Amino acid sequence: MSTLAHDDHHDHKPTGLKRWFFSTNHKDIGTLYLIFALVMFFVGGSMAMIIRAELFQPGLQFVDPQFYNSMVTVHALIMIFGAVMPAGVGLANWMIPLMVGAPDMALPRMNNMSFWILPFAFALLISTLFMEGGGPAGGWTMYPPLVLQTGNAFPFLIFAIHFLGVSSIMGAINIIATVFNMRAPGMTLMKMPLFVWTWVITSFLLIASLPVLAGGVTMLLTDKYFGTSFFDAAGGGDPVLFQHIFWFFGHPEVYILALPAFGIVSQVIPAFARKPLFGYASMVYATASIAILSFFVWAHHMFTVGLPIKGELFFMYATMLIAVPTGVKVFNWIATMWKGAMTFETPMLFSIAFVILFTIGGFSGLMLGITPVDFQYHDTYFVVAHFHYVLLTGAIFALMSAVYYWLPKWTGYMYDERLGKIHFWLSLISSNVLFFPQHFLGLAGMPRRIPDYNIQFADFNAISSIGGFAYGITQLLFVYIVIKCALGGKKAKPRVWEGAKGLEWTVPSPAPFHTFETPPKLTKEMLEH
Amino acid sequence: MQRGVKKTTLKLFLFAILMFGFGYAMVPLYDVFCDITGINGKTSRVVENKNQSNVVSDRWVKVKFDANINGNLPWRLKPQVRNMKVQPGKFYEATYIVENILDVDIVGQAIPSVSPQIASLYFKKSECFCFVNQLLKGYETKEMVVRFEVDKELPDDVTSLTLSYTFFRAKAGNS
Repeated sequence: MSTLAHDDHHDHKPTGLKRWFFSTNHKDIGTLYLIFALVMFFVGGSMAMIIRAELFQPGLQFVDPQFYNSMVTVHALIMIFGAVMPAGVGLANWMIPLMVGAPDMALPRMNNMSFWILPFAFALLISTLFMEGGGPAGGWTMYPPLVLQTGNAFPFLIFAIHFLGVSSIMGAINIIATVFNMRAPGMTLMKMPLFVWTWVITSFLLIASLPVLAGGVTMLLTDKYFGTSFFDAAGGGDPVLFQHIFWFFGHPEVYILALPAFGIVSQVIPAFARKPLFGYASMVYATASIAILSFFVWAHHMFTVGLPIKGELFFMYATMLIAVPTGVKVFNWIATMWKGAMTFETPMLFSIAFVILFTIGGFSGLMLGITPVDFQYHDTYFVVAHFHYVLLTGAIFALMSAVYYWLPKWTGYMYDERLGKIHFWLSLISSNVLFFPQHFLGLAGMPRRIPDYNIQFADFNAISSIGGFAYGITQLLFVYIVIKCALGGKKAKPRVWEGAKGLEWTVPSPAPFHTFETPPKLTKEMLEH
Repeated sequence: MQRGVKKTTLKLFLFAILMFGFGYAMVPLYDVFCDITGINGKTSRVVENKNQSNVVSDRWVKVKFDANINGNLPWRLKPQVRNMKVQPGKFYEATYIVENILDVDIVGQAIPSVSPQIASLYFKKSECFCFVNQLLKGYETKEMVVRFEVDKELPDDVTSLTLSYTFFRAKAGNS
């Protein structure tokens, strides 16, 4: 292709620190995002290791309860805002311009800014752990009045959230502006790869929900320091109001984490089943309806605050309704594999595991969505098991799948398939040993966010902790595989996987610094899904 | 920068700012919602109703009085009577006694709540010591009066209700 030769000719890039600090190149910024997410994954992961070590047996062994609570709080904030979201944005940065045939993101400078805000935001957040009074320990949901008892860490927490919000909103605007304005001629909306679609919808969720969180935490800030009484009963406010505001953001946030994962799996499964994605249009509509519904179900997180019975029924039925489009998606993934010529390379293994384990998490979510049952499950380990199934074996497995799928495109070398498979199987087994027993703990009544527990919960907690340590160590193997692949190995072809479809496979591996500077001429074959 | 990009970006930024405003709009919306539905135990405050006839229902409802002090406010609060039998449609008076147990002046503020929640829609106060700052000098004791009426429309299955007051230390800069 003549355009490719042209690209190679111009493939000069800035060098040294300047390349990374002042980068406006979508591939470099994507790489920065992904590396940052990996680092945060280990920071948040080591906090999880502290939590599991403390819970290995009943009694207080390693840390005092205050520190334990701050570990639980900061682990959640780091994993959500520091690992899963930036990893998704990193993939979007790397792949969306390549997938729609654009030379770069629409707003490259803003792209640079939205990445470089993140390290500062997390420096603010993590620094609180070393302050007098410790880090924030009221849970990542920051419910007042408890969170208002946070010491010096409080304003740092709030401003870190503000920064993260600003960064994510800028990232989201960038993605929408790119997809709406920079697609190659012929790449109509309904011809876009599903990963692009899920990111467009996720971006809208981000822009609609994060400002509401920003407003909510600003109210917390003024309640604590400026004498307002938004959530203070003494001044006529109501702490339950915060929960409404928080979960109005919080539930769409769940889908902000999950939808990009849906997109990844919708790319990977067709490639290794060697069949087009089953029901492309229904996938787009299902994703959009999940996104819209996500704004009308928030109170299922707060069934126990004393909602009127009509409200509880409304939120219960609305929650059940989300199972319909989600079911459509799971059906389509399975139908894509049906009678496909499947091979099981590492990305495919992670994607299949995603489909199964995310569905398990979906089912426990349905159980939690049933109001009367939720009164028993609320704030127990059942909830912890549920959201770790959808976030760890869901979102993070999909992200792993994406990394293995596109890594050869990024580095130009094949990763070590044998080690990749070992990484998969160890992750699969250990994460289930880690989280499955937590269902039982929850049903038996073990509350979450507690450093000590009754002796009857000891066995399942010990099993869960062993799974946790195994999962944590296994991820070091992942780092080794990625570094090994970046340094060398078998040369990757432009089309790394024989069944892979899409524009990103028409450029050489590794993808040159500049691609599609002149829009590609799209053939019918290039637009297949 | 392409014109299209500029337009999209501007629209999306405006949308984000609008949603920030929506977060704040949830505060009054929530209060209105609670007022209409009567959840949250928030009671309505009315002036004595003139156009209501003086028909008094022949039902008797038990009203219980509850008193709480929040946090570290060094006060004592107790109702003069623990409960009262009232007839819906008629006004009654109840007295709370509040006492400062330290020798410093302290400003407090009371927040009322009625349960069961459904009853709060039918509990009308024409005089109340709540929602305003109350100053108690050192060791001072005060009687505080609440004048109320239970609405005749009170559902039949409600045979007793509780009026609860909680005194908070007033926040600086709050009036």
